[in-house]
Amino acid sequence: MTTEATSLVRRPADSPPGAVSRHHYRAMRFVTPYLLLLPAAFLYILFIVYPIFKQFDISFYNWHVFPGAANPFVGWGNYKEIFHSPEIRTAALNTFLFIVITVPIQMALGLFAAALVTDRLPGRGLWRALIFIPVVTSWVVVSYVFAYIFADQGGLANGILSIFVGHTVHVDWLANTWTGNAVIWILSIWKGIGWSFIMFLAALDGVPRDLVESSRVDGASERRVWRHVVIPNIRPTITFVTVLLFIGASQVFIQVYVTTGGGPFDSTGVLLTNAYQQAFSFFSFGYAAAIASLMAVVVLAMSIVYIRLMRRGSNS
Amino acid sequence: MSTFIFKDARNETKRQSSARRRAKPPAPPGLFGIRSWKKSRLVLACVFGLLSVFPLLYMISLSFQPTSDILTSSAVLVPTHPTTSNYVVAWSGNGFSNYFLNSLIVALGTVVITVVIASLAAFAFARYRFPFKEVIFYLFLAALAVPSVDLIIPQYLLMLRLHLTDSLLGLVLIYSSENLPFSIFLLRGFFEAVPKDLEESFRLDGASTLRVLTRLIAPLSAPALAVVAMFTFNFAWEEFTIALTLLNDQSHFTLPIALTFFIGAHQTEWGPLFAASVIATVPSVIVYFISQRWFQRGVSLGGIR
Repeated sequence: MTTEATSLVRRPADSPPGAVSRHHYRAMRFVTPYLLLLPAAFLYILFIVYPIFKQFDISFYNWHVFPGAANPFVGWGNYKEIFHSPEIRTAALNTFLFIVITVPIQMALGLFAAALVTDRLPGRGLWRALIFIPVVTSWVVVSYVFAYIFADQGGLANGILSIFVGHTVHVDWLANTWTGNAVIWILSIWKGIGWSFIMFLAALDGVPRDLVESSRVDGASERRVWRHVVIPNIRPTITFVTVLLFIGASQVFIQVYVTTGGGPFDSTGVLLTNAYQQAFSFFSFGYAAAIASLMAVVVLAMSIVYIRLMRRGSNS
Repeated sequence: MSTFIFKDARNETKRQSSARRRAKPPAPPGLFGIRSWKKSRLVLACVFGLLSVFPLLYMISLSFQPTSDILTSSAVLVPTHPTTSNYVVAWSGNGFSNYFLNSLIVALGTVVITVVIASLAAFAFARYRFPFKEVIFYLFLAALAVPSVDLIIPQYLLMLRLHLTDSLLGLVLIYSSENLPFSIFLLRGFFEAVPKDLEESFRLDGASTLRVLTRLIAPLSAPALAVVAMFTFNFAWEEFTIALTLLNDQSHFTLPIALTFFIGAHQTEWGPLFAASVIATVPSVIVYFISQRWFQRGVSLGGIR
């Protein structure tokens, strides 16, 4: 084989163990990991780490993108403005509602579906594939599909409603605040279940079956088995999924941008649609950066607190 | 020598997995006990499966409906007169094939860069000891806590300064950076699972570091690489916000942005929109089904244990 031939030619490891080559080998051993990390570190620092700090920096200025324009320093001014803005209050409320409604439902339905499919169900592979499909579809595409399902003319939602009511109805779901919000929630839950489902499925597969069986032999009811064996075993996954869903839900953007566009009158807007509009429609980059920075800090702090609480809970 | 050992190891794992597959019928009692699969479970699984795919099936149906079906006041589930005209309109209208190509270039470029760079980094974390290793690793992971859309303003300003707005390369670089933390995290777990003595026999034969990575670690970690490739492809293929912000010139637009063109100020071309949506969905579904066979193993071994 060719590999045999080349390996006979160059064998640095077999060369006489002189001090120089050993020194060289050690140096390589020391430098190699850093060389391997270099490309990743370069991209990561330039496009992720630097922007994080830049964002905080911008948030203290009245920042403009136009070349030559002055960017006056305003201190905490942008942050003060956030707390006095009625649009931000609505957006914060909508973001909060989005998180508290979509995250628990995605968790519960994902876990339920995973428990259904986990073992001894015919066609497990098929169910797994089907339930995960919404995750791989594009946000823009499914947002339009749901916008049409909930359209006032020819939409499926009104069609189904008409059957129950007995006459044709034309509810304009996306043009009202609460129905518009509800459509955004339903869409996001539908698209998100598959992800928590696949995470929980992997975790349930890792639950030791003999442990489940022995507690069952001891006469534990199904509910007790779940509460005392299964749930404690998948606890790390529960924490992980909750935190990632929470972070994901806090950055809800595309589905709002595409379906309601934040309307009517900004009443379905969320924090990021607001920040985006401030930056790229009104060119208030400093103010928008302040919104985004504040969000990142709050989300990070809450994630850390939650992880700490879950850790303490599992230790006791 | 090492190649033979390696082949043996590979056959070994193959034999084990086929043995596992054969041993499946007398499976141990599951989470629901012996008499576990009742009809109700099957019915519920059906409901979940159907609800998951229904909106997509509906989208496919809509893409074949003539305008008369789409704009009636009542909902039409199955097209009365199926037509492919929506596809013709969508594909021929203002440079759709161009947008498709742009998306493909961006997605494939992102996959290649992410897989290569994340593999190198994961290899360092999995196989070397060096000062501050875990600190550096967690610094990489910290980005998972920062929502990607959250950084769009400073990233936009940075790209302006680098003259990378309005370029597909700029998109590829940002997308790759966003995907690095998760990919490194997943690959590290897999790379660590490759037996040390296999690597040593490779090294004894004088294989270089890169050779160990490409000939030993990577083939044995195929499931994880497939999962990383799938996630990255889908991320880049469907990404909307960053592309919308960075791209100005219409000739550089990607598919997700092109879809918004069907929404007019006064009238929406739903038929062509859904035909375009089907076209945009097909590649991600294909990639998903290709990577499906490795998927479960990739998630359960690499992710959270």
